[in-house]
Order: sequence, then structure tokens, then C-alpha cells
Amino acid sequence: MNAKIYGVTELNNRIKTLLDSDAELAAVFVRGELSNYKIYPSGHHYFTLKDQEGTLRAVMFKREASKLRFRPENGMKVIAFGRVTVFPRDGQYQLYCAELSPDGIGELHIAFEQLRDKLYKEGLFDKDKKKPLPKYPERIAVITSPAGAAVRDIIRVLGKRYPCAKVIILPVRVQGAEAPPEIVGAIRYANKYKVADLIITGRGGGSIEDLWAFNDERVARAIFESEIPVISAVGHEPDVTIADYVADLRAATPSNAAELAVPDSAELRETLLSMQIRAVQALNRMIAQRRDRLMTLAEKRVMKSPLNYIEDRRLLLDHLQKHFVSAAQRTIAVKKERFVKLAAALDAMSPLKVLGRGYSLAQKTDGTVIKTAADVQCGEMIDLRLSSGALKCEVKERFEA
Amino acid sequence: MKEEMTFEMAMARLEEIVKLLERGDAPLDTSLKLFEEGTMLIRRCGEYLDKAEQKVVKLMKSETGEPIELPFEAGEN
Repeated sequence: MNAKIYGVTELNNRIKTLLDSDAELAAVFVRGELSNYKIYPSGHHYFTLKDQEGTLRAVMFKREASKLRFRPENGMKVIAFGRVTVFPRDGQYQLYCAELSPDGIGELHIAFEQLRDKLYKEGLFDKDKKKPLPKYPERIAVITSPAGAAVRDIIRVLGKRYPCAKVIILPVRVQGAEAPPEIVGAIRYANKYKVADLIITGRGGGSIEDLWAFNDERVARAIFESEIPVISAVGHEPDVTIADYVADLRAATPSNAAELAVPDSAELRETLLSMQIRAVQALNRMIAQRRDRLMTLAEKRVMKSPLNYIEDRRLLLDHLQKHFVSAAQRTIAVKKERFVKLAAALDAMSPLKVLGRGYSLAQKTDGTVIKTAADVQCGEMIDLRLSSGALKCEVKERFEA
Repeated sequence: MKEEMTFEMAMARLEEIVKLLERGDAPLDTSLKLFEEGTMLIRRCGEYLDKAEQKVVKLMKSETGEPIELPFEAGEN
């Protein structure tokens, strides 16, 4: 017999390899009862899962343990999820627990995760599918139980913040088998009759079973298909439902949904006031600018004292008139002077002046000036003009030159 | 609010008017008209907000399927 002899570590590693190669053991759900639950100072949780016959050691590291939504206690029935592997130092296999949930709702949890993954893959949670909420909703449909605290909280907060919005309650059951079809019906009805411009649907906090209607696929699809934007408001802060993922906006609580749904009318009044102030200031500025421009114009003399302006103009006119008159007079004087000179020159050339020196001018009776003796006949009458007076003479004799 | 003008439209118009006025390049008479319109809208929006009484109704389906509004008492069953 030639059997292989392993070292301890070697064998442990071999077993580890074997376990690690099993895909099912890498992601396994296991149901059991908690025992020997210990939280170490490191923050890691160590416990044993057991049933009637067997036990399984398990560890949950600090990071995963911090996400626990309940307080694990010994004796509690749970469903743990994780991978099984070997810790070679101890030669012990154990469950490295990633998630732990109380049993009974364990199946619901699994269903939840599966539906969430399915709808996520279908794109029902896509950001770009989210419809914008109306800024100032006028009619808000509230789809919830008419009896719960949720409806009272929503009405109270809406009334306080924005009483001008009308609240339209569509009463539905929010738990039990009838709840999902009623919620779906109300969402579709609100859309069909366009009863509102915003829908809030949800309920107050409760156990996972209580909230289950909001993890229903039909409800999720109705929310997705709603033309009217939907705010989901289910339970308390840490409760997240499928409805929350698919809604256009998720509110942590019903009160929070009402806060997110409407603006605060006190703030709006402030906004209106500030707009009024801005408008007045803008107009004042505009008027001031125009007044400044007017003042600049008014500084001019014509606007400041129109009579003075007219007086100025009149003085100018007088001045121009005087100037014109004297210019005209000067022109006349110059012309007169030239005329006198010309007249003197003309006078010097006048034949009368020649006669004045003792000459006389002989003319025929027709006025023709006689220049040669041949111009006249003997016996012809001629006129003789002297410097002073004239003579009528008869030609007695001609002496040709 | 004018029948055809929602609060949202009025608020949007108001924003626009204030911006136009603040830009200050419109003629004065246009600006005065804008200012008047703005003041009217502010008053109307204010009145809308001051409608203090919150209306809460319960919607029921009539026999023909049409919605009927009923008074809603908080805490009713």
C-alpha cells in the first residue's frame, strides 16, 4: 500500500480548494437557528447556525454586520447568505455570512431581491424614466388607507406648507391580498380621469409583511406606467420597497412625501415680495436714469431760462442787423466814391468842357457834326454851338483844305 | 389667477418680467406696462397662496365609473 501522506496544511488546503471550486457553496442561503452569538471588539460577528441535528460555524465581518437591519439573538430563526470555505489554520469550514435576515420573512426577502433585480434589468428604475414633478401642484392624489396615520400626516403637512393645493384621497387598503390590486386600480383610475397632477402613494411603517403591497410587481408596474408623476412614501426611513425604486421620487416617510410634493407657501410669499422689490427697484433705476438725462438737458440755458435765451438771440439778431446795415452802408459809400470818380473823368471828356475853352461845335440842322468844309453847301444853314448859347449861321463861302 | 393662467405660468411670467425690467433696455412705457402686469401677477399669486382653506376630498367611483368627490374626514374608516 503506497498511500500519499499529506501534511495537515496541505490537506486543509486541498479541502479548501475543493470547497471553493463548488459554485453553489460560493453563494448559498442557509436556514437555521442562531446560537453562541458573539460580537468581538473588532466588530466582527461570530455565531453558530444549528438545526435539530447539526451545527455550522459562521462569521459576519464588520462591514456586512453594519448593514444588519435587525438585532440577531440566540434562538432566533434566520436565513443566512454567504459562501462556505475553510479556514486552514483551524481546519474548520465555516459560513462567511454576507447577509442575515430573520426567517419567515426570509422568503419575502429573496422574492424582493429577485423582483428588484428583474425590474432593474427591465429599466423600470432608470433615472431617465423619472418624470419631473410639477413645481406648483394644484391637485394632489393621495392613494393610501383613509384610516392610517399616513393620510393624516400628509394632509397636515400639505395644509401647513401649501394649503392652496387640493388634496384628493383615493382610499385603498394598504395591506393584505386585496391591497395590490386596489393600489393599482387607484393609480390607473387617477390617470384615466386625470384627477390630479401629482400622486402620493404609500403607508406608515410596519413589518416587512405589512409593507408588502408596495413590493408587489403589479404595483411597481402601475407606478411605472403612470402618466402622473408618483411620489412613494412607504414606512420609515430605512424601509425601502420596490415602489420606492420605481417611483419618480422616493420619500422617506408620508410626511416627507408631503414636504417634497409642494413648495412652502411662506417661502413663495417671500419670493413674491422679493420680485416686487426687484421690479420696483428696476423701475426706479430706469426712472432715475431718465431723470439724470433730463437734468443734463435742463442744465442747458434754453431750458434753464428760456427768456434769457430769447434775449440772447435778440441781441445776436440786433448785432447782426447792425453789422449788416453798416456793411451795406460801406458798400454804398464805396460805390458812390467810384461813381464820383467816374463822373469826374466823364466830365473831363465832355465836349462842353472843350467849348468852355473857346472852341465851338458846328452841326448841320439834322445834328450831324460838321468836320470838313465839304460837308456843307454854300447858302446852307448850320448851327454853331458855343460854350454858352448857340448861333444859326448861313454859309457864305467854302474854303477847302 | 386668470382662468387660462396657472400659478406656475404666472410665476414663470413674473420671473420673466422682473428680468426684463432689470435689464432695463425696454422703452419706459413698455417697462411701465410690464411693471403693471408684474404687480397684478404678484397680487394674484399672493391671493392664490392666501387661499387659506385647504380642500380635502375623498374620491369615489360612481356607478358609471366617473369620479365623485365626497367630503373627507381625517381618521374615517
